[in-house]
Amino acid sequence: MKTTWIEALPDLGLAFGETAWMVGWSFVLTVLLGTLAGVALRLTAPDGLTPNRWFYGIFGAVVNLARSLPFLILMIALLSFTRFVVGTAYGPTAAIVPLTVGAIPFFARVVEAALREVAPGKLEAAQVMGASTRQIVTKVLLPESLPGLIAGATLTLVTLIGYSTMAGAIGGGGVGDFAIRYGYQRFNTPVLLMAVVVLIVLVQVIQSLGDAVVRSLNHRR
Amino acid sequence: MIVVDHVTKTYATKTAEVRAVDDVSLTVEAGEIFGILGRSGAGKTTLLRCLNLLERPTSGTITIAGTDFAALSASELRRARQKIGMIFQHFNLLNARTVADNVAFPLEVAGVPKAERSTRVAELLELVGLTDRAGSYPSQLSGGQKQRVGIARALASHPTVLLCDEATSALDPATTEQILDLIKDINLKMGLTVVLITHESEVVRRICDSAVLMEDGRVVEQGHLIDLMRTPGSRLAELLLPINAAPTETGRVLTLSFAHDDADAPVLSHLVRDLGIDLNILGGSVEIVAGHKVGRLKVALTHPDSFEEHEVERYLAERGVAVSWA
Repeated sequence: MKTTWIEALPDLGLAFGETAWMVGWSFVLTVLLGTLAGVALRLTAPDGLTPNRWFYGIFGAVVNLARSLPFLILMIALLSFTRFVVGTAYGPTAAIVPLTVGAIPFFARVVEAALREVAPGKLEAAQVMGASTRQIVTKVLLPESLPGLIAGATLTLVTLIGYSTMAGAIGGGGVGDFAIRYGYQRFNTPVLLMAVVVLIVLVQVIQSLGDAVVRSLNHRR
Repeated sequence: MIVVDHVTKTYATKTAEVRAVDDVSLTVEAGEIFGILGRSGAGKTTLLRCLNLLERPTSGTITIAGTDFAALSASELRRARQKIGMIFQHFNLLNARTVADNVAFPLEVAGVPKAERSTRVAELLELVGLTDRAGSYPSQLSGGQKQRVGIARALASHPTVLLCDEATSALDPATTEQILDLIKDINLKMGLTVVLITHESEVVRRICDSAVLMEDGRVVEQGHLIDLMRTPGSRLAELLLPINAAPTETGRVLTLSFAHDDADAPVLSHLVRDLGIDLNILGGSVEIVAGHKVGRLKVALTHPDSFEEHEVERYLAERGVAVSWA
């Protein structure tokens, strides 16, 4: 006897909670650490404020390496690291580690590109007014590129939701895992469709919210 | 006030070394408006950027109010830069900040307390006539208004020097005049020393006291405008006050330059009467330069055998008119 979609609802609610937990935490961590990494890349780039060929070259290569690994492989490769950080390599909390590690390099490049859009003249103006590098970052670079950063963060959040569907492989659960369990392993198409609809709506809502924030920021500038 | 001593700036490109600034020496006196005129690529931007060390000179020294910027540590340089305001061709305002917050930026950077900041910002917006736009964003302003914000921002931390990097080149002629008048006004009111670079001779003629002409990284002419206007063969005089004379075949051609009140005296008609000379006016112009009425005139003296050249020269020199033949 197949489970009806109504009977699957509580299970879906649970899965949604797991997705929110995994994606929410890894998003917050990614934004914080990815912004730092992106700023570091921008500052040390050859045309940055504090060019550093070695740092930019090596750090950039590490970022590219992490980005080129498929997420599933990254997750497995990080198993012992995850165990070291969270104490276990299994479950939704453990999934936060590979999700964050996978998304940081992506977001770092997004941040670097957004910061690159700030006209060099604005940085020079700040310099000649006596601003330090730290002040230029916090008062010029980040505020001036905020619309780009928020657009990039939205993109990253959607990507994280995509990654999180693979977290089932290490017992992370979530809506993606739910869809695989019911739809793929038990051939329960209605329940699969329900999970897919939930994912579609979630992504749509996030994208619309992100776009709305970017629009309102651009509106007054 | 500003002494530039044998400054050279070179860039290494893949194929060759480019001398953007080539052994430039000049002195800007306190309280004057000093123009650096030149075509694009003449090295004037690089020279200006050397003044506040946005570019480090390859050799030579620059001292501003007795301070050699190149010898300062990073934090000393940041403090010293607060005494040099700068405005830009493309304004370089921060789009994420309101007009008031843009003007407050240098004060924030210098750690001025908030209450003091808003008082100063209100003063500055009043000065540039933008009090009613305090809450607007730069994208809502016209070019002239943006440059006014730039000026207010540059003046926020009571600088002694204002650097203008093609400050009016992105503006239409009427707005250019307003901005130049504002700069002149501030110069007079606050005794601010102004160094401006431009490719427009109109800008130099309208507000500068002194100027240099740059070509290929070198200063080819410099001086007080009023003196230059009366210097025979001066290229700056020709650029600022061009005589559009048609070439002539007959007579000896004489260029006369007069300044101060001479411009009003009927020197030419006296010359004709006293020395019995006939002449044709070929071309000329009279303008206000550096606050003085200045004229340059090209005439052809007909019947070259009817007068002695040195006699004409002496007659005019006695009446304060500078002359050169052809």
